[in-house]
Amino acid sequence: MSPVPAPSDLPVELRTEALESILVEKGLVDPAVLDKFVKTYAEDVGPLNGAKVVARAWTDPEYKARLLEDGTAAIAELGFKGPQGECIVVLENTPTRHHLVVCTLCSCYPWPVLGLPPTWYKDPAYRSRAVREPRALLAEFGLELGPEVEIKVFDSSSEVRYMVLPERPAGTDGMSEEELVSLVTREAMTGVAKTKAPA
Amino acid sequence: MTLLDLDVEGPAAPPRSNGELVFAAPWESRAFGLAMALHDSGRFEWEAFRRQLIAAVVRAERAAGEFSYYRCWLEALQTLLASEGVVDLVVVEERAGVLAGRPAGHDHDHEHGR
Repeated sequence: MSPVPAPSDLPVELRTEALESILVEKGLVDPAVLDKFVKTYAEDVGPLNGAKVVARAWTDPEYKARLLEDGTAAIAELGFKGPQGECIVVLENTPTRHHLVVCTLCSCYPWPVLGLPPTWYKDPAYRSRAVREPRALLAEFGLELGPEVEIKVFDSSSEVRYMVLPERPAGTDGMSEEELVSLVTREAMTGVAKTKAPA
Repeated sequence: MTLLDLDVEGPAAPPRSNGELVFAAPWESRAFGLAMALHDSGRFEWEAFRRQLIAAVVRAERAAGEFSYYRCWLEALQTLLASEGVVDLVVVEERAGVLAGRPAGHDHDHEHGR
């Protein structure tokens, strides 16, 4: 094992800053790249609880039935409950029906499963256009839905929060529940994206 | 830029809230980003860093005092970079000392933890 750094009396934030400045001077780190990594991980990692719920529903038909019947109770079975999750309704996407979740008044969101709402969810343009022109809005998110797909928009409120159960992607039959968790994104669980099989 | 599958459980798993990474202070995210950027540019294998991180966590858990995951993270990064001759830890420590001597107002003087 390599030698461990000697104990230091200096504050850890200064030691971190010192290391960064030296690495930047040596040309080994670009501060802009560093910023990008922090931002990407902070935004793209998680929310794990909702993903676990989805993966369980994909692999356990009885759980899925309970989840669609009473979302709050089925989610609580996995240990997820808390503020902003008193009543969660789960909406199942199918090849002909796509659900999109919005909160037109503010940013009501099922925290226990999806964590804190992303910036776009709180954006006034998203909140109004999700209702007025969902198909065009989804296309801007990169989700082009054919005319055969009906889009149902659900408006969250302080009483009821919604979570989308996305379709299990084709080509994932051999994957375990644990592996499936990593495919489920917050975008898929709000209905602005589909889940994709690993490339 | 490729994203790594970070550990979800075990000693190398970073603090999370509902799966999302949690940084308690700005320096923690800087330390996190440093390791990611260095790994991405091919400076080290992720597994080599992960081994150092686990070793640092084990040491910290054995030692008395408050546990800080990102203190372990920084220690692991320093250990790895020093062992590969990328940085000299004495120089890093000297630089931190210089930063500590900055005039008030351009400094972290009011928030010196430990």
